[in-house]
Amino acid sequence: MTELLTIRGLKIAGRNGANWSEIVKGVDLDLQRGEVLGLVGESGAGKSTLGLAAMGYCRDGCRITNGTILLNGEDLRLASQRRLRDLRGRSVAYVAQSAAASFNPAHRLMDQFIEGPLQHRTSNRQTAAADAVDLYRQMQLPHPEDIGFRYPHEVSGGQLQRAMTCMAMACRPDLIIFDEPTTALDVTTQIEVLAAIRRIVADHNTAAIYITHDLAVVSQMADRIMVLRHGKMVEVADTATMLSAPQEAYTKSLWAVRSLHRPSRPLPAGAPLISVEGVTAHYGTAKALDDVSFSIQRGRTLAVVGESGSGKSTVAKVMTGLLPASGGAVRWKDTVLPPRLESRNRGLLRHIQMIYQMPDTALNPKQTIREIIGRPLTFYLGLRGAQKEARLRNLMKQIELDPDVYLNRPVTALSGGQKQRIGIARALAAEPEFIICDEITSSLDQLVAEGILKLLMKLQADLGLTYMFITHDLATVKAIADDVVVMQNGKVVEKGTRDEVFNPPHPPYTKLLLSSVPEMDPGWLTRLLEKRVGDQTAGDGPIAV
Amino acid sequence: MLNVLKQAPPTAIFGMLVIAVTIILAVFAPWIAPYGETQIVGADYLPWGDGYVLGTDNLGRDMLSRMIYGTRNTVGLAMLTTGIAFFIGSFLGIFAALKGRWIDQLISRIIDVLMAVPPLILALILLAILGSSIPNMVGVIAVIYVAPVFRLSRAAAMDIVQLDFIQAARLRGEGAFWLIRREILPNITSTLLAEFGLRFCFVFLFIAALSFLGLGIQPPTADWGSMVKENATLISFGDITPLIPAAAIGLVTVAINFVVDWMLHRASGLKE
Repeated sequence: MTELLTIRGLKIAGRNGANWSEIVKGVDLDLQRGEVLGLVGESGAGKSTLGLAAMGYCRDGCRITNGTILLNGEDLRLASQRRLRDLRGRSVAYVAQSAAASFNPAHRLMDQFIEGPLQHRTSNRQTAAADAVDLYRQMQLPHPEDIGFRYPHEVSGGQLQRAMTCMAMACRPDLIIFDEPTTALDVTTQIEVLAAIRRIVADHNTAAIYITHDLAVVSQMADRIMVLRHGKMVEVADTATMLSAPQEAYTKSLWAVRSLHRPSRPLPAGAPLISVEGVTAHYGTAKALDDVSFSIQRGRTLAVVGESGSGKSTVAKVMTGLLPASGGAVRWKDTVLPPRLESRNRGLLRHIQMIYQMPDTALNPKQTIREIIGRPLTFYLGLRGAQKEARLRNLMKQIELDPDVYLNRPVTALSGGQKQRIGIARALAAEPEFIICDEITSSLDQLVAEGILKLLMKLQADLGLTYMFITHDLATVKAIADDVVVMQNGKVVEKGTRDEVFNPPHPPYTKLLLSSVPEMDPGWLTRLLEKRVGDQTAGDGPIAV
Repeated sequence: MLNVLKQAPPTAIFGMLVIAVTIILAVFAPWIAPYGETQIVGADYLPWGDGYVLGTDNLGRDMLSRMIYGTRNTVGLAMLTTGIAFFIGSFLGIFAALKGRWIDQLISRIIDVLMAVPPLILALILLAILGSSIPNMVGVIAVIYVAPVFRLSRAAAMDIVQLDFIQAARLRGEGAFWLIRREILPNITSTLLAEFGLRFCFVFLFIAALSFLGLGIQPPTADWGSMVKENATLISFGDITPLIPAAAIGLVTVAINFVVDWMLHRASGLKE
């Protein structure tokens, strides 16, 4: 069999100021024609850098220092810029993580599709357009004849990602590099994109490098899996072998990561700490919440689950007072909370704290850790001087960061997981009773996310905190929630304790959501798709793929 | 810091040198200048040399000394005026971005009205009404330049205001002043600083223009704009002396722009 891509001893260095440090430290990689290789690793492992190197490309501030990259026997490191431009798009194509950010918003999808084939002179305008419609149909995009004439903002995220894959296929390349193509999508949309990508890659016998940090996803897509860490290869094996018998300790720890589980606790009697009672809310004239009610008991964790646009974050905005409700009320203990943030006093504000999805934007990059955590201490509790210092150190110990090392650091010198811990410390500093966690693990690697979740559970046990988790990640819900609320289109679809929601019978939407969570079993996607097609023909299927 | 300077391109280094010399001249003018600012030292329009390096002006004052004192007045006032414009403009801009809704609309529309009138004409009208004195001139130019600073800082603050850490501070119950001063301002300082350099040049030229028209800094105070005007007749005799203050204005403007370009470049993170 002919090797399509051979990488030997590849080293890539990245510049940080005037210093060069190695990002990829000598990686070998082989790819056969038509084979799908999964690249797995935490962020900073060098997987995207390696993926781009397969196109002979380096990001700004990076350079290939050593090794060879042979594509169809041609060394890309020796190729001229003109030759590389010629190869890219025609022999190798790239699908980026965020299709929304990768499309030019000023041009229609079709025009962007045609650009590649015209540039490479593989086809003319008419045939390329006809081919686009054909590929759109193969990717099961709705209205394949018309969708090309829409602008990127008129198309949903999942559809854009599929359109981008069509674009990559335009010149029928030998190799496509998928860089986390479904990470930004909801589980239900992710399935559709995964299925479409898998089918088209198989139909055209295209080889692919599939980069992801989600092991369950990669086990559906890849023939072989390569695990990277700190720029070095840890292990490579066939998907089935890799899943059933990982050799290295690091791989085993990755596989075991979804082990976090908390035994279910029965719902206690008594008055709830906070309850949402028949809340309706609008953004302008658009209704975002429709008669939403649920309540949370003291010391418990409630998970609010749903796709983007389901209204789960809007509920949090109403509870915190950022978006005044247009109907209904939020009750805190036995008082009704003023709907507007401005009319709540500090005592009330202190008890409801929030932790955010993106640790990078949740902390002011121009402040130090001391300033960020210290502010609530002064603002709410009036602590100063030695008292404040003692409390600061205490908080740092609670979030398991060394106060001597981190207190005076600027925010920008921390990793994502550390930033998220600082976000937790800022919330804790107010000594709250209730914390809203808005998708707090979705931008973190699995190992780091698990650390954060463990920390939150420990804090709950120590301090008797009550949490509300807003998430689309059902694995997290299964692991730590006591109670679950499922939302869709601004309405509550189902609510109850974790056991009630996760065990049948399910309303159709919950069923769809639960079945869409990828499992770490190579046959899962195939079986699911067959089952859904079966359900469809039987006439009781929820939504077709 | 020294490392940063080492990487600076030659244009930026040239700019910084010119600025440094300008500042030294402005601060130590009485010690550096050979004669006093308004001291009449000889006959009118003496040529270069003979103890007066750049000759004398229309009243027999030493040109070189007046150039050196002029640095102080022209550059110093431009700095003060730009400072006032930035203080008011950036505060209003961030405030408008933070509050949004009708407050933003109200301030923005007022600023639009201010921008709709050509600045030089507006300044001439206001100075004609208020009378031309240095405080009036500084005030009028500052008000005119509040508009572009407002627009810039509002746009820059708009990007920051929607970030989560602002929401976190709002949820904490922080007041507007804290949000502006501690949360937003530090994040747009580099943008504002770069703009400061550019605006400073405009203000500087504006003062020179007003002085040339006779509405700016009043005689006998030395400043570069009015020095061009006072000695303009020399041009018809083929003497380039009046071009020297003009060249100084040009030089400082170019120097500042070199430095600002470099700062903008660094702030934007571009490589080439």
